[in-house]
Amino acid sequence: MEAWFALLVGIFFSVAVYLMLSKFIIRVLLGVAVLGNAVNLLIFTGGRLTRGVPPVIPEGAGALAAPAANALPQALILTAIVISFSFFAFLLVLSWRAYNELATDNTDEMRVAEPVNEPVPPLGY
Amino acid sequence: MKSVIFRTVAPVLTSLMVLFSVFVLLRGHNEPGGGFIGGLIAVSALAIYGMAHGVETVRRAIFFHPMAIAGAGLFTATFAGLISIFAGVPFMTGLWIYPAILGVEIPLSTVFLFDAGVYLVVVGAISSIALSLEERGGE
Amino acid sequence: MAASISPSADLSAALVHALPTAAAWLVILPVAWCLAIGALLVMLRRPIGLHPTITIIGLAGLVLIDGLLLREVAENGPLTMVMGRWLPPFGIAFTADLAGALFAFTAALVALVAGVFSLADVNDSGRRYGFYPLLMLLMAGVSGAFLTGDVFNLYVWFEVLLISSFGLLVLGSEPEQIDGTVKYGFLNLVATTLFLIATGYLYAVLGTLNMADIAKKAEGLRNSAPLVTLAGLFMLAFAMKAAAFPVNFWLPASYHTPRVVVSALFGGLLTKVGVYALVRVMVMLFPVEREELSFVLAVAGALTMIVGVLGALAQTDFRRILGYLIVSGIGSMLAGIAVGGPGGIGGAIFYALHSMLVMTGLYFASGIAMRLGASSSIASLAGLYRRHAGFTALTLMLCFAVSGLPPFSGFWPKVMLVKAALDIGAWWLAAALLLAGFLTTIVTGRLFLLAFWREGTHAAGEAVSLSPATLGPLAVLTGLTLLIGLYPEPLLALIQNAAAGLAEPSAYVNSVFPGGGP
Repeated sequence: MEAWFALLVGIFFSVAVYLMLSKFIIRVLLGVAVLGNAVNLLIFTGGRLTRGVPPVIPEGAGALAAPAANALPQALILTAIVISFSFFAFLLVLSWRAYNELATDNTDEMRVAEPVNEPVPPLGY
Repeated sequence: MKSVIFRTVAPVLTSLMVLFSVFVLLRGHNEPGGGFIGGLIAVSALAIYGMAHGVETVRRAIFFHPMAIAGAGLFTATFAGLISIFAGVPFMTGLWIYPAILGVEIPLSTVFLFDAGVYLVVVGAISSIALSLEERGGE
Repeated sequence: MAASISPSADLSAALVHALPTAAAWLVILPVAWCLAIGALLVMLRRPIGLHPTITIIGLAGLVLIDGLLLREVAENGPLTMVMGRWLPPFGIAFTADLAGALFAFTAALVALVAGVFSLADVNDSGRRYGFYPLLMLLMAGVSGAFLTGDVFNLYVWFEVLLISSFGLLVLGSEPEQIDGTVKYGFLNLVATTLFLIATGYLYAVLGTLNMADIAKKAEGLRNSAPLVTLAGLFMLAFAMKAAAFPVNFWLPASYHTPRVVVSALFGGLLTKVGVYALVRVMVMLFPVEREELSFVLAVAGALTMIVGVLGALAQTDFRRILGYLIVSGIGSMLAGIAVGGPGGIGGAIFYALHSMLVMTGLYFASGIAMRLGASSSIASLAGLYRRHAGFTALTLMLCFAVSGLPPFSGFWPKVMLVKAALDIGAWWLAAALLLAGFLTTIVTGRLFLLAFWREGTHAAGEAVSLSPATLGPLAVLTGLTLLIGLYPEPLLALIQNAAAGLAEPSAYVNSVFPGGGP
């Protein structure tokens, strides 16, 4: 099962990178969202996949009865999901503001902060 | 979204959801639930109320500014961690007391205080975003 | 009820039994203090006039806490506190060693100075948008990143400082700022996501996230685990945070857009967090892998130095010049990490601390120049020396310091780095360091000649006086630079101990696992 998940993670990553290479900000945003999910899925898979086996040691025993999925990566993902969710919300609002203020969603045309033709300073004084 | 049915049901629904969010917060210590998910439920309650009766009504109803609520939550959570300085144990160690209130023993802990702080942070921060988005949507 | 809630299992084997000393609280207090003050400021929305006072008191407290921590760590070695009493590596450990404490103390100092500067720079609308709470939360993130002993926790503090930096960057919502924030936001998010990928792999390979535990376990896995790949991933992620070539382009695109004090804070602190993380991971956790990757790191460092300073030479905007100079400085630090050894690592740490002070000071200078000359372009700034001679003198000193000329703080790390590079036979790296220093002198010379020394054409020649809140921070930072330049021995001794502690982390490991560990 892990192999299939690894393949899925690979597909997610390629979709994310493809989208992020676009110069349109909304596609980059979607790419970032997919990238976050790709990483979460990666960590999830890295923590072993089992179905319906709780990682709880039965009373009296010293170790797990059957191999179970590691719970820690799932906790890490939980944190990462919350963080990437808040970042996605922030960047969504930011992109919308940028589209309104700068009247473009093309990053090539976003040159307000870095104007192209600035006056050249004198070469001597 | 301003139908009579929705506007009549919304206050009832909101109060039920806020109650449920507190329930989820409280059961979070031993069972699925907790401050984060409880806070999200409370925010959706506020959002529903805002859809039905306008954002201004919600702002008046919660009295404090949402970000102030979030700040109070952050402060509570930090304080909950710092209580352990008085017990001489490391930061954020869970400390329990069992006071008897009206003859019933109530277990209280710094863990719960921290979770309540998380609840307030989530309620404040997310409702601040949700309310300002709703305000814009109504323009 | 109580019986079912109180733990029926015997947890004592999973708990730390040695109770923390009062000194151990100093490890966690910087973070908790900043969070508490920040939360207080968020709550106090109405009395906006109180914000600066509370913040400056808070930052002064932070300097005090970090100073005590530094003294404690310098005298008695690394300190550890484990969250929630859980036994490491299961509990999240906060560990301060000399390197972390030095960085945290300098960062607190820079933030305090910036807090004072903000009195004259942040107006009421900036206060209402929440400049001061965001500043305290940023400092919580920065302190947390410097003091944590857990890789995933480091990721969380990176995110805390990233989200507060977003808030500070868009403060004011000018089109320029939104443009800058778009580039800063997306590229930094990609960098932290790379960091998260590396962390996920790290846990999958080593089964632990505690830095002391990793340093111990990596030893036994050298032959079987893909540690070089892991270290490479971390290197890419942190290099992107530190703005190293070829992943540096977000920095010059955004750092000149926000308010001056925000630029100064970012220029002083944020990239250095990336450098610190790089030092921590490459030197302490993966020293053997660092050797493998050192050539890549050295080439990246040399290119960063040269490309950065050439970029600065091509700019006309005061603050954009400074943005490129930050990038160039990062290159020197990377070169130090690549060279390794006490000279290289010590040089990189020294350079980072020097850069924190000097770049913040130069951004302050750019803000004052913009206020005096009503422009930020060196094409139209002129004759500033006539407006305020003291300010001009301070700026000239900072220009010398950033170029690495004696007797200022930039000189010593450069000497250490060049010597370390020559010692291992990397003459080309030493040449790149010297060339970058030479070009930086030209950049700052051009800046100073055009903006300050050139005779102004307009009638704005009268001298003005500057308020202490404006000139004071600049004077403090310049004074520190001069002090370190003239009398570097105490700091140098601390830095050498810090570098030794990173290269041989047994004291760090012992502090986390006092009984020898699991």
